[in-house]
Amino acid sequence: MSETGASTSRWADLANPTRFVALADRVILWLAGLSAVILVAGCYLAFSAPEDYQQGTTVRIMYLHVPFAWLAMMCYTIMALAALGTLVWRHPLADVSLKAAAPIGAVFTALALVTGSIWGKPMWGTWWVWDARLTSVFILFLMYLGIIALTRAIDDPTRSARAAAVITLVGFINIPIIKFSVDWWNTLHQPASVFRLDGPTIDPSLLLPLMVMALGFTLLFFTLHLTAIRTEILRRRVATLRRMEARRAERKA
Amino acid sequence: MSTHDMFVTAAYALSAIGLAGLIAWIIADQQTQRRELAAFEARGVKRRSERAEKANS
Repeated sequence: MSETGASTSRWADLANPTRFVALADRVILWLAGLSAVILVAGCYLAFSAPEDYQQGTTVRIMYLHVPFAWLAMMCYTIMALAALGTLVWRHPLADVSLKAAAPIGAVFTALALVTGSIWGKPMWGTWWVWDARLTSVFILFLMYLGIIALTRAIDDPTRSARAAAVITLVGFINIPIIKFSVDWWNTLHQPASVFRLDGPTIDPSLLLPLMVMALGFTLLFFTLHLTAIRTEILRRRVATLRRMEARRAERKA
Repeated sequence: MSTHDMFVTAAYALSAIGLAGLIAWIIADQQTQRRELAAFEARGVKRRSERAEKANS
């Protein structure tokens, strides 16, 4: 009983922006250092791993493309959970987290599209096809841009929070479509080869660098997300102070 | 350098540029907000919760 009490109060602490900033201050530098070390190790492993017997050296693009694509979907999933946090629990930091995550997700999605295109040219003979996987990820990119525009178009964060949360939740339907597009439709893009019910079909010598790179980019994502959340909290404080100063000036006049 | 190596180099270079840009933008945004907060503090403008914290300590 006392244990659950302590753990819920710790969760409640995180809802307090001042406590969140203090926690982020302590964690961010460590996370940044850890992601840098793991990404350097991942790059070393990626370039010392054997070449693919068919794709040759271009298989090394996989170590970027696949983690970027995973993170593009993970980031949207985090935003959808944050949207639930805003609409269901009215968590004070949920909207901040959603707004802060959107530009990071957009960059990871853009990089997944760009690296995929660069990989597609030598392996498929084309930069782009409108197959179900590529198109659904392109739609994800457009949704990120829409959410970025919406969260920055309305000055009052309490009013933009609900709108952004509803749009994000509606758009979440795209995430299972992306995941299963390669099974449901005939795509030029290959089907899943890592997260499958019968286990990965990639050789361990290529799977290890892929997993290390994926871990490194995931830590980088959380470093950037925490930093962006902290900045958003500061931005809202600046807005509050600006209003207070204006009110004070009005009273004096 | 074979053409395949050029594709690999392009993928890694563009990813590095994209991520470096994102990191730089996030840090610059943070510095801007910190500077603004410091300017308010220098003018003596404080939020209610900050004044309460000061009074309690």
